[in-house]
Amino acid sequence: MTSSVVSNTWEHFAHGADIGVRGVGPSRAAAFEQAALALTAVITDAKSVRPETPVAIACDAPDDGLLLVDWLNALVYEMATRHMLFSAFVVSIEGSRLEATAWGEPVDRVRHEPAVEIKGATYTALRVERGADGAWLAQCVVDV
Amino acid sequence: MDLSLLTRRSDTEWWIEPRPPMRVPGIIYASEGLVKEMDAKVYEQVANVAALPGIERASYAMPDAHWGYGFPIGGVAAFDADRGGVVSAGGVGFDISCGVRLLHTGLTATQFEPLAKRAADELSRSVPAGVGSVGRVHLDAAEMDAMLAGGARWAVERGYGDEADLERIEERGCMSGAKADEVSDHAKKRQRDEMGTLGSGNHYLEVQRVVQVFDPKVAAAFRLRENDIVVSIHCGSRGLGHQIGTEFLKRMAVAASQYGIDLPDRELACAPIDSPLGQSYLGAMRAAINCALANRQIITHLVRRAFASLAPEAGLTLLYDVSHNTCKVESHQLDGRLKQLFVHRKGATRAFGPGHPDLPPVFASIGQPVLIGGTMGTASYVLVGERGGLERSFGSSCHGAGRSMSRHAAVRQWRGREVVDDLARRGILVRSPSSRGVAEEAPGAYKDVTAVVDAAERAGLSRKVARLEPLVCIKG
Repeated sequence: MTSSVVSNTWEHFAHGADIGVRGVGPSRAAAFEQAALALTAVITDAKSVRPETPVAIACDAPDDGLLLVDWLNALVYEMATRHMLFSAFVVSIEGSRLEATAWGEPVDRVRHEPAVEIKGATYTALRVERGADGAWLAQCVVDV
Repeated sequence: MDLSLLTRRSDTEWWIEPRPPMRVPGIIYASEGLVKEMDAKVYEQVANVAALPGIERASYAMPDAHWGYGFPIGGVAAFDADRGGVVSAGGVGFDISCGVRLLHTGLTATQFEPLAKRAADELSRSVPAGVGSVGRVHLDAAEMDAMLAGGARWAVERGYGDEADLERIEERGCMSGAKADEVSDHAKKRQRDEMGTLGSGNHYLEVQRVVQVFDPKVAAAFRLRENDIVVSIHCGSRGLGHQIGTEFLKRMAVAASQYGIDLPDRELACAPIDSPLGQSYLGAMRAAINCALANRQIITHLVRRAFASLAPEAGLTLLYDVSHNTCKVESHQLDGRLKQLFVHRKGATRAFGPGHPDLPPVFASIGQPVLIGGTMGTASYVLVGERGGLERSFGSSCHGAGRSMSRHAAVRQWRGREVVDDLARRGILVRSPSSRGVAEEAPGAYKDVTAVVDAAERAGLSRKVARLEPLVCIKG
């Protein structure tokens, strides 16, 4: 099976007190991009966020799981310190290093109606793996 | 949870008998009904904590225990540094020193009723809450470090509140051993705009009515009477605490194998107390405790100002401030000797009973107030610490109702507008910037807080003093 039939999708999954974010794509990088969209969707409808301003992000971690958590936590940090939300992502992963650009805009409490603040990405339900159909999955629970 | 996995020692004490690699038993304090409702992960997490090096006596779970990160939420575990004990970032959590404080207002329900709507609006304007909100107190680098060292004491010195408040805060408002230089620049930057903000999710600011007194003698000592109006503030160490939790979780997870610690769950990330990493975390965690205490002190100042504009005759005085995500060094009797132990309470509240030397004089003969948050549609409780609590759970009790339904499921079941309207019909005014946020926090998504506090009482962890019901609820 080739990876060209794998679509980019994201979803949330249930966790007791918090929420799971899951990204699926034809590559590891694509799955990470989708997981980032799922992260935004915890806060607001990602379609309401204008991808106007780029922010560069880089991180490094010894395995894919820690790299996913680092990537999501880097986004949480940028959202918190820049008061921004992001809705478009381009990720590239080489070995243990991730470099990315996230595009977004300042939080508009009226237009975005943010539901909840994300404290951090956790190692709970943490998976980064490639399925038999070639689809990459990247997921974890985020603490709200 | 499958009851057949447990040994029933009483109707509120359930044991997970130790089997390798557990070093001590697991002890779950809860009614049979609450244990049955608990998710199976609680069993696994209590057992995993019981396997950590240097753990003493037992790995405990409180009546509101549910699936957490490494430790169950509602988990209590104490470690001896002399026996290779560990400190765990997962055992404290992302919201270091999240906690509750309760303020008297001096108003009765009758006096407050005509003010309720204005109070809801004024409090909502006065206390920044939710994503995108910005605090009104901005600290330069020197003041940030002073705040991390001084906690609520720093805040009082800067004009937020009174010296009298400090006696009514755990650690007298200032956690010793805080090390601002162990807190990263990222964490300080994340806090820059968040001093005096409420946060979101299950955080809240509520105006409440005392609806029932269970223990008149203790209620009198706590100055709580039926129909009194009180204010509860529930929040923690904000972005600084979250960033510290994030950073140290990774550092401990990566370093675990070099310390010979085999982690069944990466979320249990820990380090030996006596290691450089363990000491670094303790310094940073204590600084985060001070950040949470300072934050609740600033919010108290904002609430006092709001009430002064609404009801000049009101005088807001602090009953007590408790934290429920911490690791603290405490003296406990073990095998006839007094030992210094590192007590982790993850979603659990300290509940020292009468006679404990660390209590402020006003509570010395009574025991400390234990403040338990419910939901915006049900009730909160004031409890008191019990004699014998130290032996049962290192002087710990529950912290709140705990969720019974995921946020995902709650949003499918309820619409925020309907929840707000339904609560308004019941006389509860909710102010929140987010309809979806309200749906996620719908009262029906939480367990029965009364069942939790009743179980805690029957287990001898804490005793009910008063029940409070919300009138105004500010959410982020």
